[in-house]
Amino acid sequence: MVTLAELGIVRDVAMADDGVVVTITPTYSGCPAMEAIRDDIVRALDRAGFGRATVRTVLAPAWTTDWISESGRAKLAAAGIAPPGAAPRRGAGPVPLLLGVRPNAVACPQCGHAETEQLAAFSATACRELRRCLACREPFEHVKEI
Amino acid sequence: MSFDDAYDALTDHDDDTRWAYGTGFADPLAGVPTIVPDGVEPADLVAYCLMLGDDALVMSHRLQQWVTRAPELEDEMALANIGLDLLGQARLLLSRAGEVEQAGFEQAGVAQGGGTARDEDALAYLRDPGDFRNVRLAERADEDFAHLVARLLVFATWRLALLDRLTGSRDPILAAIGAKGVKEATYHREYAAGWVVRLGDGTDLSHTRMRAAVDAVEPLAGELFVPHAIELRLTAAGVAVDPSALREEYDAVLAEVHRVAALPPPPPIEAATGGAGRDGVHGPELVEILTEMQELARAVPGGVW
Repeated sequence: MVTLAELGIVRDVAMADDGVVVTITPTYSGCPAMEAIRDDIVRALDRAGFGRATVRTVLAPAWTTDWISESGRAKLAAAGIAPPGAAPRRGAGPVPLLLGVRPNAVACPQCGHAETEQLAAFSATACRELRRCLACREPFEHVKEI
Repeated sequence: MSFDDAYDALTDHDDDTRWAYGTGFADPLAGVPTIVPDGVEPADLVAYCLMLGDDALVMSHRLQQWVTRAPELEDEMALANIGLDLLGQARLLLSRAGEVEQAGFEQAGVAQGGGTARDEDALAYLRDPGDFRNVRLAERADEDFAHLVARLLVFATWRLALLDRLTGSRDPILAAIGAKGVKEATYHREYAAGWVVRLGDGTDLSHTRMRAAVDAVEPLAGELFVPHAIELRLTAAGVAVDPSALREEYDAVLAEVHRVAALPPPPPIEAATGGAGRDGVHGPELVEILTEMQELARAVPGGVW
């Protein structure tokens, strides 16, 4: 199981006078899992004997896929989901317009073949795209770099 | 309870938490400090958050209406995801509006009797059309898929330029919402531009229909660049973005998309007429959206399920 810490969603855990304070950040603005994440953290800490924890949200700095840890990436790949490459770096000036293919090369998580193609820019969730391997023809999901 | 089994978790009733989807969403700004920057009139900041929040909320609803009507399943998922991003931005902005409204009431003091600020649900579900401050482009119904992607290209290009500049706001919450939104709007613009290119540079029929769509939609962008008095005041205070400053970036992006899409250069943008959405002047299309969106909340006030 990929943990919230491995995904970079948990930003901080601290002990305060009145209990544990966990700081989390949303991946996307509309991420519908935030409620479940908050509740899971409260329950897990309660069950582990830490009492009622406080969960705080931070919006800045904005979450980036660069915060997904090495172990998190390995677990995603093992589950057949291609982990993200390095997040795009911005220079000065407007956000560059990309028409057509994004420059990131994504290898197939099933057979390892380097050549894959995008089937759809949005998949079951906003953070993933749907791709297909040109060698083994298996479709797979890829966590988009943001 | 096993965290690996969603059904176990849903039936785990040993505490008061009910996180089944759609039941009693908590405040998306929970734990984020409520700060109103110095020298800013709370009512102005409330109105500004509603402007940017209503743009996202109304556009999101229009995108949701395309689910089950798009040409391919992948596009329904894309449109639903873009709508979800915008809904998330709307929730943050409407929640922020509610918090600043509360801060304004507290600032005005007990002498005036204070007041109770509206939360995101009250702002989304219980306001009348004349209180919505979205640009009218957001509420416009789409005649066909080409009109939709033309409208989304205009909207996303403009909003991306706006959110990118909002990252420099003196209001730390608006700056943070801008920074998150830039990453999302980049994908929205890319999706819309990709379809304009695919249809514009496609068959004779798709080219003709895409061209008709951009000719119908792009001239309506005039209102997007007309600053409201509140936007100008907050821009002077270092909090908001003057939309007239977005025109250069917008024009460059539209020109490039048209070039790659083998379409003629973008048609001239018409001066905005007929009252501004920013002032609450809307067409019957917003009434139609709100009738649909607010029906349940108004029929069952405070209802949860």
